[in-house]
Amino acid sequence: MTQIELRGVQKWFGNVQVVKDLNLTVAGNEFIVMLGQSGCGKTTTLRAIAGLETIDGGDVLIDGNSVQHLKCSDRDIAMVFQSFSLYPHMTVYENIAFPLRARRTGKRAVDLAVREIARVLRITDLLERKPSVLSGGDMQRVAIGRALVRRPKAMLMDEPIGALDAKLREEMRAEIKRLHLQQGSTTIYVTHDQVEAMSLADRIVIMHEGVLQQVGTPEEVYAHPQNLFVAQFVGSPVMNVAPVRVSQEGGAVRVAIDEAGEGFAFPSELLTNLNGHTRTGDLALGIRPEGVLLSHEPHDGYLPVEAHIIEPLGSHDIVDLKVGERMLRARTPAGFVPGPGRRVHARIDPGQAHFFDTRSGRSLGVRL
Amino acid sequence: MARIELRNVTKTFGANVALKNLDLEVEDGQFFVLLGETGAGKTTTLRIVAGLEKPVAGTVLIDGVDVGAWGAAERDVALVLQQYSLYPRYTVRENLEFPLKSKIRRIESAEIAQRVERVAKTLRIDHLLDRKTDRLSGGEMQRVSIGRAIVRKPRVFLMDEPLSALDAKLREALRTELKNLQMNLGATFLFVTHDQVEAMSMGDRIGVLDHGRLVQVGTPTEVYVNPKNTFVARAVGSPPMNLIDGAIRDGKAVADSFSLPIAAAAAHEGRPVTFGVRPEDIRLDPEAPAKARVHDVENHGVEKIVTLNAGDTLLRLTAPAGQKLAIDDIVSFSWNPRKIILFDKNSGNNISSAV
Repeated sequence: MTQIELRGVQKWFGNVQVVKDLNLTVAGNEFIVMLGQSGCGKTTTLRAIAGLETIDGGDVLIDGNSVQHLKCSDRDIAMVFQSFSLYPHMTVYENIAFPLRARRTGKRAVDLAVREIARVLRITDLLERKPSVLSGGDMQRVAIGRALVRRPKAMLMDEPIGALDAKLREEMRAEIKRLHLQQGSTTIYVTHDQVEAMSLADRIVIMHEGVLQQVGTPEEVYAHPQNLFVAQFVGSPVMNVAPVRVSQEGGAVRVAIDEAGEGFAFPSELLTNLNGHTRTGDLALGIRPEGVLLSHEPHDGYLPVEAHIIEPLGSHDIVDLKVGERMLRARTPAGFVPGPGRRVHARIDPGQAHFFDTRSGRSLGVRL
Repeated sequence: MARIELRNVTKTFGANVALKNLDLEVEDGQFFVLLGETGAGKTTTLRIVAGLEKPVAGTVLIDGVDVGAWGAAERDVALVLQQYSLYPRYTVRENLEFPLKSKIRRIESAEIAQRVERVAKTLRIDHLLDRKTDRLSGGEMQRVSIGRAIVRKPRVFLMDEPLSALDAKLREALRTELKNLQMNLGATFLFVTHDQVEAMSMGDRIGVLDHGRLVQVGTPTEVYVNPKNTFVARAVGSPPMNLIDGAIRDGKAVADSFSLPIAAAAAHEGRPVTFGVRPEDIRLDPEAPAKARVHDVENHGVEKIVTLNAGDTLLRLTAPAGQKLAIDDIVSFSWNPRKIILFDKNSGNNISSAV
């Protein structure tokens, strides 16, 4: 039940600031995934927690105690990297036993611990082998076993399955999740893969250019992104984002994404929700492809649009729609739009619409 | 533009047969995707069309003319590779001009300038024209190398995994851009990839290659809905089609650990088969007869991909985003009996349509 806390952490490499005033509290047994592109500061943050990197400001606390003065080995934290770094001349058993033997643990206790962790990771029959004959997945299992065998306070993982092929990655991801459920140790996991993050995390921490963008459950991050970066980083295909004009005629509110068009119908609460942001012209609409609804017949609130490119993906299609000069991607049932050039009718589901201030990139938090 | 035809083409490398009696037709203006794993013969096919490899047997025709004796330059095809080979010391403009400045072409410099501008605009790299190519991002570099292919207006575009070195977001964007470009140019594209999403989303037609043999050719929908055998069934669709060994007894599909209804099964009573079912045709249903344990939940935001463990069979299904599921939950599932494809257990061939 180890709690980890970062308070105003700052880190510079030369005159480049790679981590900017980072605040984060990780609860005991929580599985946190730090998500971001390469260079966003996620690995540096992880290394700072492990004690492999000093910080230039702020504090790192483990169970409420500052660990700045503690060396990496005294923080009792295990780390797993993308490269397995096993000892090639030792058997799997000796590799896993190594951290315990280094602490002069008794022979019987070592044996018990190694066999228990091997059972959990299903590598018992590999214990006498040398790492060189193992597959990539098995090597990573051994590396995880070696990290976990001494029951560390927390587990830090840096793209641990990034080097494996797609099928194995999927398998190992499920195993890491299962292992966490069984062992329940506080885990911080770094990746650039958003599906991995969404599938593993209790909470996702999204970083960009050294700045924490949002912390939330996978559902929160997907459904309520706090800014444009998060909105477009999470989810595939990417969320549609377009500058909009909001107008009101009588009771009807319209949101237009192109210059000339009449716009999509929205409930009138939108205006109160937007709170004056309509005047400035710095307003963008964000809508995921599944929030663009299509119909073959004209309906109230639907606009006529023309299908441009259709990507059939088997289970569903992604259709690019021409709305005046703009493109809007929609997710439809397979074969819903029979071919490019067809005219259909589209509306925006107000419940799935996001509005952003284009100047700051921040979501205006509109919920309809 | 041009029509490409390969007739009975065989290619060997030493004892290794890369292509075996390959027949392939790509219509004028078509976006044709060859899909296959490493070593399936996709790149060899492309290189044979380009004139970079000679087949040991068979003929290659471009617009009905046998081009077997023609060199690569005479065939007037453009090749775009995964590894963009741009001249690093040149600007984008110079890179784009290069293929037009060749002495044999004798193109007026005003025309060169005009063509380069137009291509740059099409590919949205016009703001980069005066930048050196070593200062570009991966996506920009790939656009420049595509631009260098387009600028000389070749008869055919051959593309060898041009997107696979790019990151996921960029790949997604360039996919639509390439398709858009092909539609605007009305050009013939022969595109090679191992990525089924690329094949499905861009191809007018897909050819699935397996160890030098063309297994099936069809529109993305045909290949997805009616795969010719289990190989094709596995090759398209993500997550792939579930393939479950079992038999048909009393008009029901019987597998190791469950038994579910199936439509139109009478003709195959008692026969050992492999059932093929797409993840979107399996659903969780508390009333359903079949039971399984949740093995993994993959969260895609818009939906969840759930892996079930039924007996020792792993089954994948797609569930709505809002479905609450945890690893090791026990759930009940059923499938759409009309969407089950039957494959012969031994040959792997689709026998559904034989009913």
